[in-house]
Amino acid sequence: MAEIVEKAKKVKIPRQDMPCQDPLVRAHNFEEVALGYTQETAMQEAKRCLQCKKPLCIQGCPVEVLIPDFIKKIAEGEFEESARVLKIKNSLPAVCGRVCPQEVQCESKCILGIKGESVAIGRLERFAADFGMKSNEAKIETVEPTGKRVAIIGAGPAGLACAGDLAKAGHAVTILEALHVAGGVLMYGIPQFRLPKEIVQTEISNLKKMGVEILTNQVVGKITSVDELMENGYDAVFIGTGAGLPYFMNIPGENLNGVYSANEFLTRTNLMKGYKFPDYATPVKVGKNVAVLGAGNVAMDSARTALRLGAENVYIVYRRSRAEMPARHEELEHAEEEGIQFRLLTNPVAIQGDERGWVKSLTCLRYELGEPDASGRRSPIAIKGSEFEIPMDTVVVAIGQGPNPLVTTSTPGLELNKWGNIVVNEQTLLTSKPGVFAGGDIVTGAATVILAMGAGKQAAAGIDAYLKTK
Amino acid sequence: MYRVVKKRLLAPAIALLEVDAPAVAAKVEPGQFVIVRVDEMGERIPLTVMDFDREKGTITIVVQDVGYSSALITAMNEGDKFQDFVGPLGVASEIENHGTVVCIGGGLGIAPIYPIARALKEAGNHVISVLGSRSADLMILEDEMRAVSNEVVIATNDGSQGVKGFVTDGLAHVIAQGHQVKVIWAIGPMVMMKAVVDYTRPLGIKTIVSMNPIMVDGTGMCGACRISVGNETKFACVDGPEFDGHLVDFDLAMKRLAFFKDEENRAKARLECDHEGGHH
Repeated sequence: MAEIVEKAKKVKIPRQDMPCQDPLVRAHNFEEVALGYTQETAMQEAKRCLQCKKPLCIQGCPVEVLIPDFIKKIAEGEFEESARVLKIKNSLPAVCGRVCPQEVQCESKCILGIKGESVAIGRLERFAADFGMKSNEAKIETVEPTGKRVAIIGAGPAGLACAGDLAKAGHAVTILEALHVAGGVLMYGIPQFRLPKEIVQTEISNLKKMGVEILTNQVVGKITSVDELMENGYDAVFIGTGAGLPYFMNIPGENLNGVYSANEFLTRTNLMKGYKFPDYATPVKVGKNVAVLGAGNVAMDSARTALRLGAENVYIVYRRSRAEMPARHEELEHAEEEGIQFRLLTNPVAIQGDERGWVKSLTCLRYELGEPDASGRRSPIAIKGSEFEIPMDTVVVAIGQGPNPLVTTSTPGLELNKWGNIVVNEQTLLTSKPGVFAGGDIVTGAATVILAMGAGKQAAAGIDAYLKTK
Repeated sequence: MYRVVKKRLLAPAIALLEVDAPAVAAKVEPGQFVIVRVDEMGERIPLTVMDFDREKGTITIVVQDVGYSSALITAMNEGDKFQDFVGPLGVASEIENHGTVVCIGGGLGIAPIYPIARALKEAGNHVISVLGSRSADLMILEDEMRAVSNEVVIATNDGSQGVKGFVTDGLAHVIAQGHQVKVIWAIGPMVMMKAVVDYTRPLGIKTIVSMNPIMVDGTGMCGACRISVGNETKFACVDGPEFDGHLVDFDLAMKRLAFFKDEENRAKARLECDHEGGHH
């Protein structure tokens, strides 16, 4: 009886909002948008958790974070302990607390969400992880070395998660990263205002403290190869090279000056810190009018970045309707609050240029929704004769990325599917080559940070089991 | 790592730097490039490799002071270190015995043509090199090129050395001698490479050029370096840098090269201002 009363009380506490920078202010700076919970709001939110005996939220988490346990510690004011519990399963919690789509994962399974609002698990994760980061260095538990060496190709979410678990198991881990800094999409792709780079680097430095070696400037496929790594004393290799090859629309005018792939636009801004040009030497520029083609999270990141770089009008141009936009609801809302203009049921058919070869305008066709297609989504149909022009200075193409072929084409005997993704055993993530594992976007095609991390952990388990047989 | 072990000024504002990078030196082949970053705030600059020494573990690059980052690089001295030095990148030159080949290097382009000429000669080709510069004092690596060529023709715009005119005039000289030229490599400024392919197209001589567009990562990730080859978009960093020059849309490539001109000028001006002790 007392338990029921207790639960009823919990349900009455409203889901705690997270303060954000004012939209009109933040649209002009690169500071983080969401400001995080205070200790008081975090404890209040944590008290809403029912502490289910069979917590469904954990099933919704690709890395199976011990969600009720870490939330319980927050409710009790044991913040540092909460961070420790969080890190048992997740080596990058401050990242996940910011960029995971919790609404379709852990929070979608929360019992409270059936009748009301689910526990704000993501916000609590962020709070606990940030507290753990600020309060003190992560306590590193020393493990007995196994004497086995594993090479990981790519220091993105998959590789980092894999490295963390392998290090915990006592294996010697070396990550080879092609860029000059570790982090992958966390550094080059996701903007500073959504995921501060200092946080990414702090999480990575914790991995280094666990003994993970990270070598930057190593383009595998050029400076070395998977086969060479195996010959040079590594007992296993994990390929986590992500989805780094930008797709273009193949419409006229895509090579005009002022057309960027989202990868280039975001890399210049985030990785190279182009928004601080000329203090940082890499330039990035937008004109008055910017069109972002696509409607996923990368498109929203590009649009909001363009606004912060000084664009006056930033358009999301998308041929379907709002309901079909693949970006997270929160990202769409944030973008709209900041003044991003959605041009829906609109498809770009050509980019027009001036005589100097610079973008001048975007030619679009209006669309309407027809019958549902094979995917269940109502397919867009072009309206004949509806062509129109929008004056434009900059176009960012954000319609997706494919697998970068540098590693896969330099690895004989590695089985690929027709899109160039690596084929793996679904349980162990072992590829067609003995001792070589793969996971993340290079296997699945472009997906999310947390799915890549989940794959990295799964591969770590597969590698650990494989090494025990050797 | 990435320490400058030797520096030599080849001409005013043109420096040769030999850099300690053993892992890159172990794998690099003629025609490939590296990407360097001078410091923590630096941009990623693609530079074609001029030479490599697998035993010493060094890569040699040649840089001309034309912009912000190239000014910083040419100002580096022995003992200085690059923040980052990535490579080898791009696809290596296809080296085989064709018979008679011509290697054209214009200005700074003489540096990347050097290892290609050497490899072609080692493969048994009769190598005729055509070297061009504005004037004799800007001519670089002449002795090195003579050592790896069977014949050398020099062209200077002002006629201060060799044929007066452009590399195309030097090439015309070679063709007029009746050589059965099978393949031509031409590396230099885009206008020069365009002039060469325009000259060789009617002659039907296969002409390979090395494209040097704007790049960021150099691994196929950003697409900044896209060029049009035979009406198909290619990424110079991973599909090249060498392409069949007769298929390259040079007008587009030259326009794309100008995308950040204003920003480059701004950065360079600021650097010069710093040098004079001014504020910015």
